[in-house]
This record gives sequence, C-alpha cells and structure tokens, in this order.
Amino acid sequence: MSLKYITPAERFKKYLPKDYVELVDYGPFGKTQDQAGPGNMGQFKELVEEHPMCSGCWMAYYIRLIFASLPCPEETVTLGTAGCGRLAISQAAVPFVYGNYGDQNAMASGLSRAFRLRFPDKTKDVITIAGDGGTMDIGFSMTMHSWIRGERFTTIMLDNEVYGNTGGQESGMSPKGAVLKMAPFGKNFEKMPATGLAIAAGCVYVVRMSPTNIKKAAKVIRRAIFVAREVGPTFIQAYTSCNIEYSIPTEEVFADAKAQEKDRFQFEEFMTDEAKAVIERVEAEEKAASKARKAASKAAAAEVN
Amino acid sequence: MSPNVKPKLNKKQVDINYLLKEAPREQHFITGAQAMSEAVKRASVDMAIAYPITPQSEVMHLVGNVYAEGHIKEYYRAEEELGTMSAIAGASRAGVRLFTATSGPGLLRGLEAIVSWPGHRVPAVLGVLTRVINAPLSIQPDNLEMAYIMHSGMVLLHAENQQDTFDFTLAAFAIAEKVDVYIPVAVATEGFFVTHAKGYVDMMSEDLTLTEFDPVAAPVPAMDNETPPARIQRDAPVQKSNFMSYLIHSVWQQEIWDSNRRAMKYIYEYLGGPIEVQNPEADVFVVASGCAAAQAREAHRYAQEEGLSVGLIKVRAIRPFPTQEIRDATANAKALIIPEHNIIGWLCKEVQAAIPNGGIVVEGPRVYGGMTLPVELIMKEIYDSLGVENNLKL
Repeated sequence: MSLKYITPAERFKKYLPKDYVELVDYGPFGKTQDQAGPGNMGQFKELVEEHPMCSGCWMAYYIRLIFASLPCPEETVTLGTAGCGRLAISQAAVPFVYGNYGDQNAMASGLSRAFRLRFPDKTKDVITIAGDGGTMDIGFSMTMHSWIRGERFTTIMLDNEVYGNTGGQESGMSPKGAVLKMAPFGKNFEKMPATGLAIAAGCVYVVRMSPTNIKKAAKVIRRAIFVAREVGPTFIQAYTSCNIEYSIPTEEVFADAKAQEKDRFQFEEFMTDEAKAVIERVEAEEKAASKARKAASKAAAAEVN
Repeated sequence: MSPNVKPKLNKKQVDINYLLKEAPREQHFITGAQAMSEAVKRASVDMAIAYPITPQSEVMHLVGNVYAEGHIKEYYRAEEELGTMSAIAGASRAGVRLFTATSGPGLLRGLEAIVSWPGHRVPAVLGVLTRVINAPLSIQPDNLEMAYIMHSGMVLLHAENQQDTFDFTLAAFAIAEKVDVYIPVAVATEGFFVTHAKGYVDMMSEDLTLTEFDPVAAPVPAMDNETPPARIQRDAPVQKSNFMSYLIHSVWQQEIWDSNRRAMKYIYEYLGGPIEVQNPEADVFVVASGCAAAQAREAHRYAQEEGLSVGLIKVRAIRPFPTQEIRDATANAKALIIPEHNIIGWLCKEVQAAIPNGGIVVEGPRVYGGMTLPVELIMKEIYDSLGVENNLKL
C-alpha cells in the first residue's frame, strides 16, 4: 500500500513538485540496497539531500547514511527531538514526528503500538533518532522505560558528546574533563555508559561505533531495524562529532572519527540469541535474493546477446 | 504468565447522536470514576495509557478492566505523566482513538506534552480529576490546575456530577474528532467529591459503542504512510528560526483557536449548550462550574424557597468560553456571585472579562486546598447582594 500511496498517477505528475516526482522515480522507494543503498550513494535520488548542518558535520553524513540504509523507507516513520540532528532528519523524505524535549522514545512507544494494532499484518519501521542530550539526559527516563517495557522500535543516539544546537554545553555523554559551557572547570564525572544501560534495560541488539566504514555502519543500522521488528528494543550509539564545539578542523573530521574507534567509541556489538537468529535469517534471505537477482540479470543479458 | 486473551465482543456501533440522545438508558448508582470509565467503555477507544496519581488512579484502574474485558484494544502503564502524554501524541500519529486521565501535579508534569497536543492536532480525550497542585501537599480537590489548560488551545469541559462526567466524556470523543475541530478535549471534574462519591447516572447499554475512529476524516492526516496526501515532502521550515517559522506558527495557532471556537456548535448539539440558566429574570445570579455548580444549585434552591430573586448559571464549557451566552444571560443582573474551588478565581476573572459591567461580580466565595464549599457561604453573598438581613453564623 505505502508504495502505492506515494506513487502519483502518471498524468498527475506534471502538477507535482519536481523534487517529489524525482523521489518517486529515482529514489530508494521499493528498491533493494543493491539498487539504491549506501554502496551507491550519489547514483540515486537520496532521501536526504539539502540540510542546514555546519560544513564538515559528521552527524549530517551519518544521518544521510541512516536514510540510505533503511530497509523500507516507504514504511518508515522517524521521531526526534530538539538538537542539530532534527534539522537534517526533518528534511528527509520520510515522515518525521517532532514532539517535545526528549520525548521521542515515549512517542515511539505509542506510535509503534498503535501501528501494530491498526496494521497487524504489516511491518512499519519506527526509529527514534536523537542526540546524546535528548536520549541520555532530558529523555533519559523515557528512553530507559521504553527499553524496560520491551518496546519494539529502534533507538539511534547521535552522540556528539555535547549540546551542539544550544551552543556547546556539557552533556552526560561528554567525556570527563571536557571544558564546555556550563562546565567551566571541565566536566567532573564520567561519560555515561549508554550501551551498558541499554543492555541492562533489555535492549536485544546494542551497538557502539564510530561510523567510519559505510558498509559496516549500514549493516548495523539494518540489523537494528530488522531485530526491532520481531524481537525487542534495539540501540545504536554512534559517534557523530561536533567539529564546531570540539574545534575539529573540517579536514580532520574523518581522522578524528577514526581515532575515536580506538578510544571512546571502540566497536561493541551485543545481541541476544533471539536477535542473532533474526539477523542470520534475514541476512541469508537478502544474500539469496541478491544472488537470484544477479543470476536473473545475467541470464537476461545472455538472452539479449 | 498466561498470554493475554481478551474476549472478542460483538458490540453494535452507533453514531454519537443516537448514543447520547436516543439510545434507551437505565439508571445506575455509581462513582464519578466509574462514570468516566463507563463512558470510555462505550467509546470504541483504541488505546488508553495509564499512570497513577490520586484521585485519578481509580479511573484508569477501571479503564484497565474495561481493556481486559475487550472494549479497548491496547492499554499500558507508562513511566510517568510526560511519558504518558508524549505516548498519546505519538500514538495519535498512527490514527487511533485515545484516552488518558490525570490529576493536579500529574497534569502539570505532563503539561509540556499536553499543551502541544492542539498544535499537533491530537484529537485525544483527557480526563482531569482535579487535585491540589501547589505546596503544601494535599491530595484533595482544588481545581487550580484547570487554569493551565485554559490557555493551551484544548477544549475544556467541566462536569458538575457523575452524570455530566459520563455524558461529557462520551461527547468529548465526538467533539475532538470533528474535522473542523480536531483538537483534544479535556473533561474535568472534582477529585473525590465526584470521582469517589456515588450519584445517579443514566447509561445506555454497554452493547452499544461509538462508531470507530476514522483516520481519514482528519484535517491533518495520520502519519501512517497509508493515508493520502503522502508526507514525503522534504522542506521543514518550522524547524528553522526565520520569518517563515514565525509565520507558520502564528497561522497554525490561529487555526487552533478557531478550531476551539468551532467546537461550540457541537457543545450545543451534544450537551445542550455551554451554559444552563435557571430563573433567567433574576436580579442576582450564582455563576459556577463543576462541583461548585452543585453547591450553587443548592443555594439557588434555598433562595427560591425564601422567595429571593436569585438565578443559577452553570458553565459547562470553559473553553471555548461562552462569552456571548454569559453576557446575554446576565444583561439585567445586579450581582453575580461566583463560588469556586481554587484561590485565584479563574472563572471569576473569565466572567469579569466577558461582561461589560465587571463591577457587578462578587469575587467569591472561594475555598481551596480541597475544602468543601458550604452552601451557607454562597447564601451569605446572596443576602449581602440583595441587602437581606440574615442570621448566618459563619
């Protein structure tokens, strides 16, 4: 249904905004990752194109990657809160719900349950994408309780270790010692153990990473979404540096992200047995489908020759 | 743990006019909390979200039972009120009928989300079972919290008794979901005085239920990736700080308040209008809402027995406020006595602002902190206004 709902009648196309028509014709809707995914970004019409993020913003790159990795963008709704991230997320061609401060996981609890009762035979992907402040400070209780209740949706934390949008204040996810606004002598307690909290609260698939490898980052995003569909809450903590507040020169943003892979964002992947079973099944199915498509196109090419 | 198996019910769906006005009713003797949950039972609610606070808890316990009996599709206890009210906002995007209820401090804890419901076009129904909000602590009824809802854009109804609580709650779903309204409706009544006290309530059979929620009949369609028009346009100017965002906010909020005013015709249709007037030719009126209206009704009865020229104006709708109706009803009045269960006198201020001769308003009597409102307090003001000698010992 949802693919049909975004597809305009052919004769109506000329009245629609060009951006919309191109999204339907050349965007990732209804396509596979081989056709339109992180592996060939730049070769299809992406869900996020323009955004008002700062030059060199690593968060903007990761958000673009999230949207390119979605298994089914035409059945996805994202939710977020105040912060830099929402400036780009709200410009993706996917419905975005912006509520109040830090309430994204509470809203997603209501939304995902309501989707399941209205559309019991369908898969609707619900993803919250918020910053470290929204997820772990002001939204902490709502984040934790959504996990404790076992709500089946994906939580992605864009961890830039600072309140970027409000001007560079200390957050619970800032590293100890960081001199930031509201921490004039430096932060005097440790960075919050987000993944440990997520596992303790019942998340069934948890990853911490610095998303320097596109393929690996995409795989993690998709795994988190697939597992949330069937098993329970999933969580990704991704390093998305704030080059402004941490004074990282634009040309060094990638090097910084690489350095963080060996520091506070060493790759960690946790999954329960049930989550693992889903991942193995879905990835095997995808591999088989991709192989079948390649064989079919090879056969078609042979027939033409 | 055994799996949750809810019975499948075979209820007859009927429209709100039949349900409220035509369906045969039987009298029951029940509490206000029961009355609210009995209304929810007949409202085809898809999802209810609960969080305890005295004196509301009783309502959402009973709604939980209604869910277990199969009248509601989904129900859970949320983490606290901000989580509850946010989840209502989220679920509403999926296009479902929603109910929750709270009291005093809980309302204020959830207020950030609640006041954004109208702007998000969330057509949910919120029960407000009033309770003291300020320090020192009291769990007793005091309706100061209603003043905070008055400026939110929500429709706000104030029930006098158990019967009102039942009828207003049912009507609230229909009013909230009108395409030319489509904003949340709060149904307030006094905690304990109404929620925990029994009164007579005429109710239709529970085999009848309100027509199901129609997610297509909405000025702002559900974000379900199913209901056209498709929401894949990418510009989100509201997210930026520029003139467009100010302009969008301003026109959007104008529309919210226009929607609020448009609810008035449905308050006439389903509830017989925003005010009830007794003895319209009187010199002195007691103007009251909620539980205070019940006491005002008693004062009015005493005054009638004593042959005094006293009328009663009961205010059912606080938002939209019946400015013109009150102006008309009090055009020839010499004094308006406004008893209230709060210290600030929000109804008093509303009435003073509504009429051209605010000087005729007697500011009180008021009780707060959960005290009862003795009829004698109202009688005292009546006697003073009419210059009648009395031997009330207050």
